[in-house]
Amino acid sequence: MYNAGKIITGLVIFVVIFTLPLWWQVGKAAPPAPKPELPKTAKVCVEDTAYMRTSHMQLLNDWRNAVVRDQDRVYVGKDGKKYSMSLTNDCMACHNDKKKFCDQCHNYLAVAPYCWDCHLTPEQVKESK
Amino acid sequence: MAVNRREFIKIAGLSAALGLGGKAAFDLVLPGQVDAAQMSRPPQALQGSHWAMVVDLKKFKSEADAMALQEICHQAHNVPTIPGKQEIKWIWPTKFEHAFTHLENRQIPPDILETPVLVLCNHCENPPCVRVCPTKATFKRESDGIVIMDMHRCIGCRFCMAACPYGARSFNFADPRNYFKDGKLPNPDYPTRTKGVVEKCNFCAERLAVGKLPACVEAAKDGQLIFGDLNDPRSEVRKTLRTNYSIRRKPDLGTQPSVYYLV
Repeated sequence: MYNAGKIITGLVIFVVIFTLPLWWQVGKAAPPAPKPELPKTAKVCVEDTAYMRTSHMQLLNDWRNAVVRDQDRVYVGKDGKKYSMSLTNDCMACHNDKKKFCDQCHNYLAVAPYCWDCHLTPEQVKESK
Repeated sequence: MAVNRREFIKIAGLSAALGLGGKAAFDLVLPGQVDAAQMSRPPQALQGSHWAMVVDLKKFKSEADAMALQEICHQAHNVPTIPGKQEIKWIWPTKFEHAFTHLENRQIPPDILETPVLVLCNHCENPPCVRVCPTKATFKRESDGIVIMDMHRCIGCRFCMAACPYGARSFNFADPRNYFKDGKLPNPDYPTRTKGVVEKCNFCAERLAVGKLPACVEAAKDGQLIFGDLNDPRSEVRKTLRTNYSIRRKPDLGTQPSVYYLV
C-alpha cells in the first residue's frame, strides 16, 4: 500500500468527524419531552387528541380551503358542537398561550410554521385591544 | 368470452354489494378523517350569487369624502400607511380622467371632471389577474363572484399586478407590521399580510360571512355606495342600475367589472 500512513490518518480523521454528532452527545441527558399546557377552560378539542396531535396541520389546511374557497366557516366537531374555523379567533380562544402550547412541540421538533407571520397570537390581540 | 345471463347477474350483484360496503370499508381503513359534511356555511351569512357595488359619484363632494371611506377600509383590514411607491391600498380616490380612460369625450362638464372617483378592485366577471396567477392564489369564487386571494398560496410573483388593468393590487415590499405604531393593529380580529405577498380589496368576504355589509358601504353616507346581488332582480343594486345610467371602468377590455359608477 502506498502512502498508508497518510491514508489511514485521513480515514481516522474522517470517521471521527463523521461520527462527531453521535459521541458528542454521550453522557448527556436527552432533551426533556415537550409538555404542551392544555387549556383549563375546555375539556375537548374539535377532534380526538390523537388526531389533533398528528394531523392538526392538515386540519388547518382543510379549514383554510373551506373558508376562503367554499365560504364554509362552521365546523361540527367530534362532540357535535359547532366551531368557527378561525385560528386566532377560535383555536387560540382556548389555547390562549402560544408559548406554553404551540411552541412546546414546535421548538422541540425545530419546526417553524409561518402561521404567525400573518395571523395574530393571543398576546398580539391583547396588545392591540 | 361470452357472458351468459346467470354470470352477468352474479357479477352485477357482487359489484352492488361491494359498492354498498365501500363507504363503511373506507371508514374502517381511515378512521377520523375530516369529512366535508362537517363543514357548512354560517347561517347568518349574507346570501348572494354575484356581489356588485354601485358608486354614486354625485354624492361625493370632495376628496375628503372618499378618503374617509378609505380610512374605514384600511382600519378594518390592517392595511398599513406606507409613503411613496411601496404604498398599499385597497380603495382610494383618483381623478376622473384616470379612472375612466376610455371616455374620449372632451366636453364632459367640469364639475364631473373634478369629482374624485372612488376606485377599488372591480371583482371582474372575467378577471385577468386570475388567468395569470400561476399558483391559483387568486381565484374567482363561483358561489358569489368575489375575486379573492388565498394568501397562503401567493408566491409574490406579481403577474396579477401586471395583468390588472385597474391597478387594484398592491405588493408587500416589507413586513406590513413594521408600519403600525408599537405593533398595535387597528383590527385584531383580522390578520395582517406578510412580506412578499400581493393584496387587494376582498369585498369584505369576512364581513359578508357574518351578515354584515362591506365596511365602506356601512360607513358611506346617504347612498354613496350601494351593495347587493346583481343576480337578484329585486336587489338595491339592480333597482339603482335599472333607473340610472351607469358606466364602468375600461369596458372595452371585456373584463366585465362588478363595480358600477353613476355620474
